[in-house]
Amino acid sequence: MKTKTDQDAQARPSRCPDNSAFKQQKLPAWKPQLSIATVLSSFFVIGAACLAAGICLILSTNSVREIEINYSDKCSNCSKLRENSSNWNQECNCSAGFVLKEDMLGDVFMYYGLQNFYQNHRRYMISKSNAQLLGRDVNIQNSYCAPFTTYQNGTPMAPCGAIANSIFNDTIDLFYNVNSSVIQVPLLKTGNSWWTDKNVKFRNPVGHNLSSAFAGTARPPYWQKPVYMLDEEDERNNGYINDDLIIWMRVAAFSTFRNLYRRVSRTRRFADGLPAGNYTFRISYNFPVSKFKGKKYVILSTVVWSGGSNPFLGIAYTVCGTAATLMGFVITAIHLKLRKKKTYFQK
Amino acid sequence: GEVVCEPPNNKLDKFGGTLYWKEHKYPLSNQNMLLRGCVLRNTEWCFGLVIFAGGRGAAAAARGAGPPLTRVPRPGPDTKLMQNSGRTKFKRTSIDRLMNTLVLWIFGFLVCMGVILAIGNAIWEHEVGARFQVYLPWPEGVHSAFFSGFLSFWSYIIILNTVVPISLYVSVEILRLGHSYFINWDKKMYCAARRAAAEARTTTLSEELGQVEYVFSDKTGTLTQNVMVFSKCSVNGRSYGERPRGSRGRGAAGPAQPASCSAGDAQDVLGHKGELGQRPEPVDFSSNPLADPGFQFWDAGLLEAVRRGQPLVHDFFRLLALCHTVMPEEKSPGGRGDGTGTAGTAGTAGMARGWHGDSGENMGTVGTAWGWRGRHRDGGDGEDSVGTVGTLLGATAIEDKLQQGVPETIAVLTLANIKIWVLTGDKQETAVNIGYSCKMLTDDMTEVFVVSGRTVLEVREELRQAREKMMAASRSVGNGFCQEKVPSSKLPSVLEAVAGEYALVINGHSLAHALEADMEVEFLETACACKAVICCRVTPLQKAQVVELVKKYKKAVTLAIGDGANDVSMIKTAHIGVGISGQEGIQAVLASDYSFSQFKFLQRLLLVHGRWSYLRMCKFLCYFFYKNFAFTMVHFWFGFFCGFSAQTVYDQYFITLYNIVYTSLPVLAMGIFDQDVPEQRSMEYPKLYEPGQLNLLFNKREFFICIAQGIYTSVLMFFIPYGVFTDATRDDGAQLADYQSFAVTVATSLVIVVSVQIGLDTGFWTAINHFFIWGSLAAYFAILFAMHSDGLFHMFPNQFCFVGSAPAALAQPAVWLTIGLTTVVCVAPVVALRFLKLHLRPQLSD
Repeated sequence: MKTKTDQDAQARPSRCPDNSAFKQQKLPAWKPQLSIATVLSSFFVIGAACLAAGICLILSTNSVREIEINYSDKCSNCSKLRENSSNWNQECNCSAGFVLKEDMLGDVFMYYGLQNFYQNHRRYMISKSNAQLLGRDVNIQNSYCAPFTTYQNGTPMAPCGAIANSIFNDTIDLFYNVNSSVIQVPLLKTGNSWWTDKNVKFRNPVGHNLSSAFAGTARPPYWQKPVYMLDEEDERNNGYINDDLIIWMRVAAFSTFRNLYRRVSRTRRFADGLPAGNYTFRISYNFPVSKFKGKKYVILSTVVWSGGSNPFLGIAYTVCGTAATLMGFVITAIHLKLRKKKTYFQK
Repeated sequence: GEVVCEPPNNKLDKFGGTLYWKEHKYPLSNQNMLLRGCVLRNTEWCFGLVIFAGGRGAAAAARGAGPPLTRVPRPGPDTKLMQNSGRTKFKRTSIDRLMNTLVLWIFGFLVCMGVILAIGNAIWEHEVGARFQVYLPWPEGVHSAFFSGFLSFWSYIIILNTVVPISLYVSVEILRLGHSYFINWDKKMYCAARRAAAEARTTTLSEELGQVEYVFSDKTGTLTQNVMVFSKCSVNGRSYGERPRGSRGRGAAGPAQPASCSAGDAQDVLGHKGELGQRPEPVDFSSNPLADPGFQFWDAGLLEAVRRGQPLVHDFFRLLALCHTVMPEEKSPGGRGDGTGTAGTAGTAGMARGWHGDSGENMGTVGTAWGWRGRHRDGGDGEDSVGTVGTLLGATAIEDKLQQGVPETIAVLTLANIKIWVLTGDKQETAVNIGYSCKMLTDDMTEVFVVSGRTVLEVREELRQAREKMMAASRSVGNGFCQEKVPSSKLPSVLEAVAGEYALVINGHSLAHALEADMEVEFLETACACKAVICCRVTPLQKAQVVELVKKYKKAVTLAIGDGANDVSMIKTAHIGVGISGQEGIQAVLASDYSFSQFKFLQRLLLVHGRWSYLRMCKFLCYFFYKNFAFTMVHFWFGFFCGFSAQTVYDQYFITLYNIVYTSLPVLAMGIFDQDVPEQRSMEYPKLYEPGQLNLLFNKREFFICIAQGIYTSVLMFFIPYGVFTDATRDDGAQLADYQSFAVTVATSLVIVVSVQIGLDTGFWTAINHFFIWGSLAAYFAILFAMHSDGLFHMFPNQFCFVGSAPAALAQPAVWLTIGLTTVVCVAPVVALRFLKLHLRPQLSD
């Protein structure tokens, strides 16, 4: 009888669950605990690290030199002129001077800054055709470029869309006034954009020359010249691969932003950067901002390893480090107090 | 003939009707009723009539003339038993219901956000956008700021919909499935003798196992083995079968049993009786080839009596061998047959009490159920009763042992603050005895109230007296001078905190009154104040009604456990039904949600599997809501800076993959594998079970904490990069704050922060957790770089316009410093708060 059941048991597959660690929920595991030692040490370590990083950041951003001039206020007459769009073909020049008390050593970058310009608006942001900017012959009707897609007669705009149409088109030159003579500071207009943008994302259409490649297209309505004449001196900076266009097309995350405009060419007098002295910006004022209560800036700045002069990161790290350290002390205090109480109760 | 009777109902103990037959009227009462499944024996003929035959409506006559055995034909849904069996309802857990509410709230929240942003959009378009139209004209068809706001509302509903955790439902089901498999796979809930593993027959209730407050248990087959073993007999006034002292002990639950499980084969009571006669000395069967080797009998006196050839003893065994069932006409009060034994006459009942007392004193550790058979000299004639014609030959005692580990299990469950009610069809004495032997009732108890009134007034009075006694005791224990009358509305609260240990035993007929609408609250309050409740002689429907009553008023999670068809209704009614796959077929198992073969496995099911399940589910839900809020609310803050234009912060692929790829697996792994304390601990400290009963780990408060944490994270996630990026430049002088770099920075810090957070939440890092957490982070970076690669851009320039952003952004020290700062600021306060909570208000599990 018994042997028979044994045989039965052997014959039938056992229904007993496997004795594997997985099925029995006995997998080896690391069980981290919030022990006083780990918590305190991590708080103090984090506190110290954040404080160190914060102080480093503050020190390095303090070494950044930056000049910022609001030229939409300074050139109020031009601003007024541009408010009326019928004056678009009237030139308006304006200059803004400043005094550099100390040398600006190292690479000096010139930015234009815009305030209240909503490049991050959804409809603005999608209003372009990446395929077109890649030099492909695509039907831009399928893109979100409207209403800056084609003219009434069907001629497509190159490049299409609201972003390209609203390109920043002021020209800013920098002059160094020394001993009653005026020297133009040499500025580099190429090499300012991202490598991938310049070499991957933007390409000119293939053609005999650039103007024939863009044949059959028209400039966007707000442009004064067609896209193949953006930089007639340098073919590698013309058409879609023009640095100013590329930089403008990389839309900003916020309505206040600065885009790199030019770099100071470190040659001759300016080999070490900008020497102290009087300078003047000469601006050909084309870009209207007062209509939407916007502001325009021109900025000169040096950079350090952490970027420009924004002090936020340094301050935030310092505050965070201080808070973490304080928290560490608070936890220590609470712990000691509790331990005392516990031992008191135990007695 | 014609039968006029009551309409189909569910009352098993009542029937009223009249039979018109050949111009005679015969009253029909419950005495004339046979219920479905009843077996009629030892009668030469009978006429039967099927009534309540279900859908057919007409009564079909069943004529069973002559045969000694007549089965009532298989009936339809109108029969009393079917009506008594209760309805099947779809079971959902309380967390499910809470989840539905929360998801609705989140929907409301989503609409609120949409409205706020839509109003913002209308204002913005009116104040700013209208002037900005030179550069960005309104789209076709939009002529007013108001309409633009209206459109923006829908855009934001679409963008922010990720705050509604749609994948939550699927994920929760996956978790429960995993938990159910762990129950199926549990070797410690496998019964080798029955070759039956525990089985989770439903995969939707697992976390509710961690919240059970009331257990309703059947007795026979659930607490006991439902294996009737001949234990004692009394012949001619002499009692045989006393066990020698040595063989008894604490573990006397049965030396005949296999180690882990109850005796395997169903032992035929009658078979034993036949063989017993030739059985020699205790445990020595050698001289008898027919002896069942599994049987043990300790008293050699009986054997000697047989050998000596005492005529009465021989008569006794002959009758035992010949007639199987005796139906005494005259029943002792409340003593109708119920399957385990037939109550004997007044004389045998008296002897039974003697043995009962004996068992209470000496055999307390052995669970015993005594069934009595009155034997008559002329046994074939069932109509003779002892008092008049028959002579009492002797009596046999059938023992139904407690299952192994039942008292221990009940003790542990009681420590876990789980209240155990026994609902049994047995009679009161049996039930009370079982109560004593499985330690539900103890001699230390202040008082055991017995409610057995037959009328409404009696029952009410008995309940009232019980309450008054308890209150009087608690008052005198509490503070002596508190003499003022407690208003009746305060009764429950007083009774909750009653001092001393009481038990309530209530009879089926009293229960019928106690369950009526006007008395049920009184009954419930009385019962809940008692430490143990035993309901005897209850019908299946009453079992379900008791469960329903507790469900209705106590808002507690109930679990019903039983093995027979009479437990089906209770199993279906309770939040969780557990079926014991025992001797009584599989009806209970089929109706149940979980099934196993031993009552003691309940301890493991609740304290280990249930507790873990609940813990995992709660942690999972908290994290899930948190991560969705942290992810989505960033769009909300960004709305204030992008002209409420419904611009997303992240790349569209990140939005698609965030919930599916980057954050799903680590939280699933936590929800499946997490353990706060090892299983031995949760058995050793049943108090660990309490958070589940009190619903502490996930409730509305915890939900708001999670949401708050998610919103806090989203605020930092947006405003720290915002602060850093405004006016910042890259280390090569180019602009840093372009939209794509910002998107990459925020997305990366979000993935890192939620990964660190899941790392903090995970208390049990198995290899799988490691793999999923590190794997998700690795997958994020791999996918990020793939999406931003040149190749994809050249294939689909309009779809993958983020080309080069990830490498360019992540090469910047400022971006990494931002990510680091965000992580520290998001996580450090959580660590600090958790640590302080752990330190200042430690839970038992910590």
